[in-house]
Amino acid sequence: MATIVPFGPQHPVLPEPLHLRLVLEDEIVKEALPTLGYVHRGLETLASIRDMDQMVQIVERVCGICSCIHAHTYCMCIEGLMGIEVPKRADYLRVIWSELHRMHSHLLWLGLLADAFGMESMFMHAWRIRERVMDVLEATAGNRVIISVNKIGGVRRDMSPDQLRWVLQVADELEKELDLIKPVLTNDYSVKKRTVGVGVLTYQQAYELGAAGPQLRGSGVAQDIRMTGYGAYKYIDFAPVVEKDGDSWARTMVRFRELYQSIDIVRQLVSSIPDGELAAKVKGKPMGEIACRSEQPRGELMYYVKATGDKYLDRVRIRTPTFANVPPLLVMLPGCEMADVPIIALSIDPCISCTER
Amino acid sequence: MGFFQELLHKSRMKSPWLIHFDCGSCNGCDIEVLACLTPVYDVERFGVLNIGNPKHADILVVSGTVNPRNAKVLKNIYDQMPEPKAVIAIGACGTSGGVFREAYNVLGGVDKVIPVDVYVPGCPSKPEAIIDGVVLALEKLKVRKPEKDTEPLVADLKKAREFYENREERQVTG
Repeated sequence: MATIVPFGPQHPVLPEPLHLRLVLEDEIVKEALPTLGYVHRGLETLASIRDMDQMVQIVERVCGICSCIHAHTYCMCIEGLMGIEVPKRADYLRVIWSELHRMHSHLLWLGLLADAFGMESMFMHAWRIRERVMDVLEATAGNRVIISVNKIGGVRRDMSPDQLRWVLQVADELEKELDLIKPVLTNDYSVKKRTVGVGVLTYQQAYELGAAGPQLRGSGVAQDIRMTGYGAYKYIDFAPVVEKDGDSWARTMVRFRELYQSIDIVRQLVSSIPDGELAAKVKGKPMGEIACRSEQPRGELMYYVKATGDKYLDRVRIRTPTFANVPPLLVMLPGCEMADVPIIALSIDPCISCTER
Repeated sequence: MGFFQELLHKSRMKSPWLIHFDCGSCNGCDIEVLACLTPVYDVERFGVLNIGNPKHADILVVSGTVNPRNAKVLKNIYDQMPEPKAVIAIGACGTSGGVFREAYNVLGGVDKVIPVDVYVPGCPSKPEAIIDGVVLALEKLKVRKPEKDTEPLVADLKKAREFYENREERQVTG
């Protein structure tokens, strides 16, 4: 006989209200039915009462974890519509802050995953390392989480040479700390027992269901929107991180290796940052339609903006990576054990506030 | 008051247990609440535990705006908590709706649904402010009155307190 067990919306594993109704037969999940809408605020409609400069602050609050990348993508849209050339230094600074956000997001996620399979010490260590990144954000931008550095045409704040040197120093320290965690992740019996072979998503499934980000790359598809060369990514050299297996372990390793990649990107950017203006002058109102893509810590983020030359934008549409990653989650859950549900749900790195906006 | 009650009260003051509910927040405040538990801030050294069961909790920590859907869940969690209990509203969204107050699916702050004891302003609130909010919530629990007849408190550093006190004046001057 099938039993229905609710998972969420208030659950100790997830800080966010994701609600899944799990149809169980004994301990095996037969079906998972998601219920969304607990975090829906309807912020896309705020475009009708906030002008385009104020909307930067609104879209930053789509998601607190990757706020800088949301604002960056929105600004790219408006700049594309108005034909604004962003100064090179502003591009570099934006991407440095974006990569710092990616690092803190991945470390946060690593901690939550460790917490989900009961490894409290790993949770504490990951979050302790993360505080180093938060210190950098606070010192350079003035706030810990929502840093509000982007504006249309460039950035609001500069990093002094001292601060840039300090960023490099912190990057070195982070790498040392990650090297200490790495053997635990790669060799520990209990970590492997809980993640290897759990929640398998094949290459074909990932491609057909339209998974995004580390979820897609964990299944062997080498797709990274940063490779399209938006912002300052066109000036630096890197390759997407890919794992073949498609299970929770592969997704963990993709994110862990991306931490090293982010450190490398920050190093490349800081060592070659040019001098110059921080923001271009913005005049007039945007007109037309545009769609821009970028790579969030969780995957591909797309903004669509339509403007009619009015004070307010006509339409802002946000498509977030977790929205793309929920269908693969529903394919991975059936057939797994009840105890593995938190790990599989966390292995997609769900961001519900992004999804529901 | 009997010996057992006295012991319970003392234990509650020394080791308050929290339950955290994300009520339509952007995650900014949630990760700051979690950051309080980790080695840099480490509230567990004061006996503060984050637990998942509302029936074991003394303090409800809510972040984010309320919408018609999660209002039911929030009320449900609040009703399941045993007396005496305190509610902390975290962040600009939790106190008033923040930048989302005009969005169509937002009812406003947490106080639209349940009585709030402590407001922690900030977008997002800093871990220091959240810890201060928990300390203020304990002041509320110390009173030992089940009915909420006292004024709500505002947690933050000194500046934020002045900011809150001058809020009417600020509205007039724009």
